[in-house]
Amino acid sequence: MSTSMIHVDGISILGPGLETWPVAAGILRGDQPLVAQPVRLPPPELLPPTERRRAGAAIKLSMATGLEAIRHAGVDPATLANVFSSTGGDCENCHSMLDTLASSDRMVSPTRFHNSVHNAPAGYWSIATHSTAPSTSLAAFDATFGAGLVEAAAQVITSGAPCLLVAFDTTYPEPLHTLRPIPSPFGVGMVLSPQRSAATLATLRIALTQASADTLDHPELEQMRLNIPAARSLPLLQRLANGLTGRVVIDYLEGCNLAIEVGE
Amino acid sequence: MLALKLSAYSLTSALGAGIAPHIEALRDMRGGIVRKRWETIDFDLCIGEVAGLDDFVIRADLPRYDCRNNRLAQLALEQDGFADSVRAAITHYGADRIAVFLGSSTSGILSTEIAYRHRDPATGQLPAGHHYRETHNTYSVADFVRHYFDLKGPACVVSTACSSSAKVFGAAQRMIETGMIDAAIVGGIDTLCLTTVFGFSSLQLVSPDPCMPFDARRNGISIGEGAAYALVERADNAAEGDILLTGVGESTDAYHMSSPHPEGLGARAAMAAALHSAGLTPGDIDYINLHGTATQSNDAAEAAAVVALFGSKTPCSSTKGHTGHTLGAAGGIEAILCALSLREGRMPGGVGTREQDPRLQCHYLLTNVEQPLRHVISNSFGFGGSNCSLVFSRVGNK
Repeated sequence: MSTSMIHVDGISILGPGLETWPVAAGILRGDQPLVAQPVRLPPPELLPPTERRRAGAAIKLSMATGLEAIRHAGVDPATLANVFSSTGGDCENCHSMLDTLASSDRMVSPTRFHNSVHNAPAGYWSIATHSTAPSTSLAAFDATFGAGLVEAAAQVITSGAPCLLVAFDTTYPEPLHTLRPIPSPFGVGMVLSPQRSAATLATLRIALTQASADTLDHPELEQMRLNIPAARSLPLLQRLANGLTGRVVIDYLEGCNLAIEVGE
Repeated sequence: MLALKLSAYSLTSALGAGIAPHIEALRDMRGGIVRKRWETIDFDLCIGEVAGLDDFVIRADLPRYDCRNNRLAQLALEQDGFADSVRAAITHYGADRIAVFLGSSTSGILSTEIAYRHRDPATGQLPAGHHYRETHNTYSVADFVRHYFDLKGPACVVSTACSSSAKVFGAAQRMIETGMIDAAIVGGIDTLCLTTVFGFSSLQLVSPDPCMPFDARRNGISIGEGAAYALVERADNAAEGDILLTGVGESTDAYHMSSPHPEGLGARAAMAAALHSAGLTPGDIDYINLHGTATQSNDAAEAAAVVALFGSKTPCSSTKGHTGHTLGAAGGIEAILCALSLREGRMPGGVGTREQDPRLQCHYLLTNVEQPLRHVISNSFGFGGSNCSLVFSRVGNK
């Protein structure tokens, strides 16, 4: 059984060689080549100077991803419910905390500690955008995107209000990188809405399925899809970039993927 | 909103494993916080520790998941027939129609904290046999529970600090309402670790004595560990005495990463939203289970929010003095304590509090009050300004 229809009003992306949604859409359509280059994470412009200086990769990535999505949709973030989803949150900060806790002086920095909570990026988002709307922060190992999408869709359907989805992953330094080798930061955002508007780009109906996820013909993009949890969104993004309707299956959990019916 | 029935529930904390020791401790107004040394920490802590985890054996077919957090997850699943209720629901609905939504702030990070002490001096690598995915990753505890029952439905961990396992009730309610699932295992699991002990200490938020919520001399939290579960489904066949989730309210402070809005605006908005979704007014609420962490600023902000919305007559208390602050598990633990309050007709008097802070003008209970209850609300607030309030109701005589 599929969910009710939801509307995609804004899309954003920030990944290696995928600097903005228009750039990524051209690459996903096959109009432009993917030029491999490290992700450049912009400073979080809306945060006060002290917080901006201290902001790590997770805050920069999620803030940039969220802002591109809301600007694409033309919505006010202050009243917009939001779902943040990430496999490890701020992985660099996590390593730094673990390093301190294994040292002879284990008193961690208060800032590192409050930045270690999984919802720190969502907290900074709320401060930057003055958003007092409901906000949640999820983790689902390789299902960063799928878990965020079903939660955001359920919010839109049951609340009748739009919702911002920000799915992002950051990279661990060693020694954790060996155990969780995410090669690059990657973020994808969507503004989802219950009603059609002038901003509506496509519609989605989501169902759980045991079918295998669709793959990408482009070898580098397929590697990205497999290696970065948030990039499991790419088959859906490719369909949206091409303006195609129809069914696309993306990875969610073992034995439970998402079949998404894309409409106009 | 569409109400959900709590078809089965259980909890495990410093008060004991399962419902019975909790009923006894609440009846006797006994807390589980003790002063002791823990792990390699070279100073005394007042903590709410769950007994028996060091020797607990994880199920033989799930060895990669072995860590303190998943041991507690399994110990708690096996109380009060909860796992049997889940298996019956699987038979009834199917393994693909039941979700797992659990709250945790740190999951099994203790395993990596220990592994970092044993890095190879030459290469810096972690010891062989360290299972990052199954122990450290924030999702690991939901993955463990999903594998424990061989479920094939949706799952995630909600990790919004100390509101985590309240918010999972909202996640389940929404997904059941969309029709994507029929039932969900919700709850929270958090265990003691160095991250939270040293982290809260660095913020000077840890009390040197067992915590004293809403007392003028309150001086910070007592960290605890715990696990709580509820099996939730549609309430179509609810009968007298059943416990329902009838309201969910969520909000964000947009104020500060580790301090609440001083007037409790976010807390008030969450409580008001929960009442609205339940179709209730403040006067309908018989008892408030406060977040009540016992830090100066948290309790002051929450009291301001409660008084602004409810006035100063609605009975309220914090059960953090009983269990300690179980962080990501607190919302789940206190949801089940609310269910027990409704079931038993008892509003728990706060433990650890000797004299209510006169500046906090709500009706804080210092002794138990026995009376039938119809609707109660539970508050959970966390870092990042994350707020969630839940309304639970007892089905009355129709």
